[in-house]
Amino acid sequence: MTGQSIVLAADVPFPPSVEDFYLPSILPWGEHGSYWFTKIMVLAWLSVAILIVFFLVSYRKPQLVPTKKQWLAESVYGFVRNNIAVDMIGKEGVRFAPYLTTLFSFILIMNMWAIVPLAQISPNSHIAFPIILAVISYVMFIYVGFQKHGPSYLKHALVPPAPWFILPILVPIEFFSNFIVRPFSLAVRLFANMFAGHMLLLVFTLGGFAMVSANGLLAPVSVLSWAMVVALTFLDFAVIVLQAYVFTVLTASYIQGSLAEGH
Amino acid sequence: MYLAEVVGSTAAIGYGLAAIGPGVGVGLVFSAYIQSTARQPESARITQPFVWIGFAVIEVLALLGIAFGFIWAGAAA
Repeated sequence: MTGQSIVLAADVPFPPSVEDFYLPSILPWGEHGSYWFTKIMVLAWLSVAILIVFFLVSYRKPQLVPTKKQWLAESVYGFVRNNIAVDMIGKEGVRFAPYLTTLFSFILIMNMWAIVPLAQISPNSHIAFPIILAVISYVMFIYVGFQKHGPSYLKHALVPPAPWFILPILVPIEFFSNFIVRPFSLAVRLFANMFAGHMLLLVFTLGGFAMVSANGLLAPVSVLSWAMVVALTFLDFAVIVLQAYVFTVLTASYIQGSLAEGH
Repeated sequence: MYLAEVVGSTAAIGYGLAAIGPGVGVGLVFSAYIQSTARQPESARITQPFVWIGFAVIEVLALLGIAFGFIWAGAAA
């Protein structure tokens, strides 16, 4: 994998483009245009493995006085359960806490690859992964709504309490915002954050190299550019955690909307 | 005769303009949160999830700007 990172070449492709997100494939090695087995693939499977193994191992022999690993697993679960599920959905939220915890930790691990040395690209910067995550949440909140209200869920979701003459305008707006914009914005938000984060790091890293190779006088400025990379990595860390939290909170809030009693 | 010429992608200008709205919006969200917390510190925990929801909903506008900038980059030569 290390051979696929940027090499110290004199002709650095400066303005980074979308092409930089399509890394050469690992098997067959170094081939462009073959996307069956790439770094993205490896990182996605690695995230799944870490998630499963961590929670299995840390909860294999639960103890009354928790070990370090058990404490970590319990605090992640406790955070999502109390601060997201129960806070947003209410008492019924405990039912959804396992899903929300899985979602939160999976997105967190997937995003974290963006700043892990040698990985440094998040699978979530390819929109396929956020789309699937958003579709799961989308199907889930609609299913939960039908389960709770039956067919009248459509009325519950689409018809707000308003005078009848304003309804022809409100119903399409509600439909648009609840059933079209919600999954779309969930997916695009996560994707665009990881995409923009990777792009920012690329711009400042490659910008440093470009300035060194362009003009000797600009060399000191490239140090500044690389210092920016360090600062932006910290910013990226904040964005990573925030986006995992926001995705989970929004899913919880959509489920809460489906479960709520009539207006 | 050209008096002035712009070379390159005007997407950068467009994205700058597109980021004004979300910038103001995100500022309003956090200013409202700070004000409400200053008035009633005990409400800080209650309003926090709504801060992040509001922030996320507004932020997506700016992010759409980034995404569409790249999507339409190829279309307009």
